[in-house]
Amino acid sequence: MSNRLASGGRVDRSSRLRFTFDGVEYTGLRGDTLASALLANGVLAVGPSLYRERPRGIVTAGVDDPHALVQLERPFSEPMQLATTVELCEGLAATGLRGRGRLDEASDEARYDKTYLHTDVLVVGAGPAGLAAALVAGRSGARVVLVDDQPELGGSLLGGREEIDGRPALAWVDEVRAELDAQPETRVLTRATAIGYHDQNYLLVAERRPDRPGGGGRLWHFRARHVVLATGAHERPLVFAGNDRPGVMAAAAVRSYLNRYAVLPGGRAVVFTTGDSAYATALELAAAGAEVPALVDTRPEPPVALVEAARAAGIEVLAGSVVVGTEGGARLTGVRVRALTADDELTGPVREVACDLLAVSGGWSPAVHLWSMARGTVRYDEALAAFVPDRAAQHVRACGSGRGRYDLAGCLTEGLTAGAEAATAAGFPVTAPATPPCTGDETPAPPRPVWLVPGEEGDPSGWRDHFVDAQRDATVADVHRAIRAGMRSVEHIKRYTTIGTAHDQGKSCGVAAIGVIARLLGAGSPGEVGTTTFRGPYVPVSFALLAGRERGPLFDPVRTTAVHPWHVRRGAVFENVGQWHRPRYYPRPGEDMDAAVLRECRAAREGVAMMDASTLGKIDVIGPDAGAFLDRLYTNGFAKLPVGSARYGVMCRADGMVFDDGVTVRLAPDHYYLTTTTGNAAAVLDWMEEWLQTEWPELRVHCTSVTEQWSTVAVVGPRSREVLAALAPDLDVSNEGFPFMTVRDAVLANGVPARICRISFSGELAYEINVASWYGLAVWEAVFAYGAHAGITPYGTETMHVLRAEKGYPIVGQDTDGTVTPQDLGMAWIVARHKDFVGKRSFGRADSARADRRHLVGLLPVDRAELLPEGTQLVAPGADLAAVPVDSLGHVTSSYRSAALDRTFALALVRGGRDRIGDTVLAPLPDGRTVAATVTEPVLFDPKGARRDG
Amino acid sequence: MTVDGFALAHLRRSPLGHLADRFAASSVPGPGGVRLRELPFLTQLNLRLDPTGPAAARAAEALGAPLPTGACQAAGTGALRVLRLGPDEWLVVGPDGAAPTLGDTLRQALGEEPGSVVDVSANRTTLELAGPSARPVLEQGCSLDLHPRAFGPGRCAQTTVAKVQVVLDQLDDEPCYRLLVRDSFAQYLADWLLDAAGESQAPLLASQSAGQSGGNAMKR
Repeated sequence: MSNRLASGGRVDRSSRLRFTFDGVEYTGLRGDTLASALLANGVLAVGPSLYRERPRGIVTAGVDDPHALVQLERPFSEPMQLATTVELCEGLAATGLRGRGRLDEASDEARYDKTYLHTDVLVVGAGPAGLAAALVAGRSGARVVLVDDQPELGGSLLGGREEIDGRPALAWVDEVRAELDAQPETRVLTRATAIGYHDQNYLLVAERRPDRPGGGGRLWHFRARHVVLATGAHERPLVFAGNDRPGVMAAAAVRSYLNRYAVLPGGRAVVFTTGDSAYATALELAAAGAEVPALVDTRPEPPVALVEAARAAGIEVLAGSVVVGTEGGARLTGVRVRALTADDELTGPVREVACDLLAVSGGWSPAVHLWSMARGTVRYDEALAAFVPDRAAQHVRACGSGRGRYDLAGCLTEGLTAGAEAATAAGFPVTAPATPPCTGDETPAPPRPVWLVPGEEGDPSGWRDHFVDAQRDATVADVHRAIRAGMRSVEHIKRYTTIGTAHDQGKSCGVAAIGVIARLLGAGSPGEVGTTTFRGPYVPVSFALLAGRERGPLFDPVRTTAVHPWHVRRGAVFENVGQWHRPRYYPRPGEDMDAAVLRECRAAREGVAMMDASTLGKIDVIGPDAGAFLDRLYTNGFAKLPVGSARYGVMCRADGMVFDDGVTVRLAPDHYYLTTTTGNAAAVLDWMEEWLQTEWPELRVHCTSVTEQWSTVAVVGPRSREVLAALAPDLDVSNEGFPFMTVRDAVLANGVPARICRISFSGELAYEINVASWYGLAVWEAVFAYGAHAGITPYGTETMHVLRAEKGYPIVGQDTDGTVTPQDLGMAWIVARHKDFVGKRSFGRADSARADRRHLVGLLPVDRAELLPEGTQLVAPGADLAAVPVDSLGHVTSSYRSAALDRTFALALVRGGRDRIGDTVLAPLPDGRTVAATVTEPVLFDPKGARRDG
Repeated sequence: MTVDGFALAHLRRSPLGHLADRFAASSVPGPGGVRLRELPFLTQLNLRLDPTGPAAARAAEALGAPLPTGACQAAGTGALRVLRLGPDEWLVVGPDGAAPTLGDTLRQALGEEPGSVVDVSANRTTLELAGPSARPVLEQGCSLDLHPRAFGPGRCAQTTVAKVQVVLDQLDDEPCYRLLVRDSFAQYLADWLLDAAGESQAPLLASQSAGQSGGNAMKR
């Protein structure tokens, strides 16, 4: 059975496309949507409804369809698509959905991109108003972007038979397109839906790319000086019994199927309307060969000219009447019509009219979604019976039917004006030309909205077939129940009934629902009820589109050091430290992490080992006041640090809590070289700049990040001196010639200049060799070669953590969490008494002096093999573990196996911890056991520091 | 401490040296084309001084190029670029190996005035992205307005491209851009650019660049 008309339409009759729907093969034409192709094949029904499994059919021809959800299987898998927006292509396969789709388990391999673009004027919608706006704005020389969600330009003109300038309207569209294409600064995007409107005229536009293999698309990020919204209007459904039956369609959609797709959706049609626009549908249906036995108009006295035109076409106009019910099963077979009083009461006898199509027009709702997302207000216009844009909150104008102007001439005029105003306001003066003459689509007479067609029996509490949101199977009875439960706000009723929360987000039903609520509340008009909040995205979009190329290897930046290729070759296991990719350990064949780390630790304590420390933050602090500046930021003093010496420092926030730590070297009287923790490099520089720029601009200091100027190789262990001696033959490496906490410049054996610091984060004799990072790999390899005879062992972050923890050195961010003072860490010695610094005053707070603050202590599990999980809570012996909350003494911050101690150990923050040294605490574990551990000093290895000098 | 790049050239390794072949392979000639390459080891000196003090004039004279004082301005030729990074901060970019002499020159110009000259040549490497499609490639990851009316030769910016901080410097109208990127981020940015530039071979970007010729003729 074919419902395709013999001629007309925007479809390519020479290009037949095969497709399947629900497993049945059909053919359609290029230019069809899946919906128009199905209708051409006489298929109206799509998937049944979500909750009540009622048969449902295609209703509209666009993004506002409440029923036509399909699962696309080919050419690519995509759930929750609308048959009315899926473009037909050869081999397409789809199935109807009952409310819910199914995500393909395979990853979406289609390419999704992003583009950021700035424009002077952005026009949304390429119907008559939008085309007119873009045309004029483009003539000004302004940068103009026109976006439209359809494959071709024209908007409502594609589905109509209007004329502009004495020619078919689509000829005018072609002419406009040609001029837009010739404008060097105008860009036209089709298949591109504006999905979000954010602050500062920032709009997101989702462009579909069905021409690409696998589909895909592009998310455009537009920043526009001025925006013109020509978004058109959605035709409203009417709420009456049985209004969800397949065969009940939107009147304008029927017209669109006739004129754009050359498809006659039914053979015998009744039209049911509250205004003028559906008369064109009735007349064009009749002209296309359909029987149109009746046109039901809610208005008791429709415009005479329209009534006469209908009668001339053999259509009986039933004025002042409504459709009160539908007949049929899975397809409409007839409607029941009754007269309606001025008070919206049913009256008179029932008239039964057989038909297989009911074209319904409940009036028009301007698509104010984007306007509203831009925080523009809407107001209810009684004459139009619609919510229209009111006050703009950004540089935006609405025009055409998107602001309730429904005649073609008016839409063109408003578009021309809006385009000219927008371009002029953006700095490109232009005046709007005269509106071309046009025919068809005249100014409509006032509608008679009927928000709720009464049921033939009972009251609203029982009207369960009056569908308000068909996708949610929500009915008048549901709204009634919400109101009876005490709800009055449309926002509450929406949430209670779920109306407007399905995939179309209320595009078709939203205002109709407000009308029903108004009626049931006894409100004068929907304007008294108001709208719900419009939120993006305007249409559903896939996560793949939002992600773009930020997936797989491009998901997020990965930072690597100059030595990274060596780490990879060596088989390092990496861990992410912020965005850095750092070697965690270097397993040998057959080794697990524990074995590798114990081996690496042993090498550092007994021989020599090396680590890539390049990720540490590094800042050059230069100027005559550099020392004074550092004195104010660090808790300890730096102004008196001798040139050539290094000092460890702790930085606090104003609240006195530890913020960062690191070693700073004085290279010259006015030049310090400061290091930060890996993760805090940027934050410390920001912190320094903030103080310099806002509080102490008088200080003559400049800070420059040199984090990546330098590669740093740490050489650690009792035999590190002999390795350095070979590596830097001209350097006096003796303990006297190169003491602890000093710095030396040297030229290495391979000729590379280096800055070498004798500092230690392990307690062992150790050096950090800094070279320009482009030499980093070569110098790393040289250290490895010169250390080979001593069995030099590369180690990663895990070993570094163990070595420092054995010495009780805290790691900021692991052993501290923003609530820990230097004194809590047992580092009162680093807090100067006789100078001021950021955070000092907070140490005078009573809270900072509490004896029961949590202190950093060591923990030795009584079972030497027990490794406490980091984060484990600690309680006192005898604590009530059933209490809520459990009385926690603190928690484990670091926990390792130690080669040097031949046992496990941990660091922990424990309430009054320094007063509990020697005590036992209990650690309840996730596996149900509670294990005991002894509190100790945090320094567990070489407490006298005997190993520092080798 | 001086870093003499030439004598030790065989020991240097640039962050993207291993990608030279892929850059070459990804380059597309012609009207919709794009070229990508690394310019390794450029001299980069971070200069801080008071733009109103006597050192500013001395530095400009020594460089033979003004120190731009307007936001996002760049001065100089391809061989020596002076990029304004902030009200009292510039990045002086010169040829490989020039850091010691250029640094001494600037320190002399600074004299006793407060300020600093820091060698950051190894801190970043430089990617050059050029060709008619260079802008659409960049626009896929950079939210700045790069249209010739808003950005062009003589402009620079500290911004992000694909979430990576870069100093962006436009050299000419073709357009030719330099992206100065920290060494650690260079691989990610290069991967991203190769991916985005690969996209430029599709007709999409060709049509975009054709539809947006821009150029000086359209400048207002």
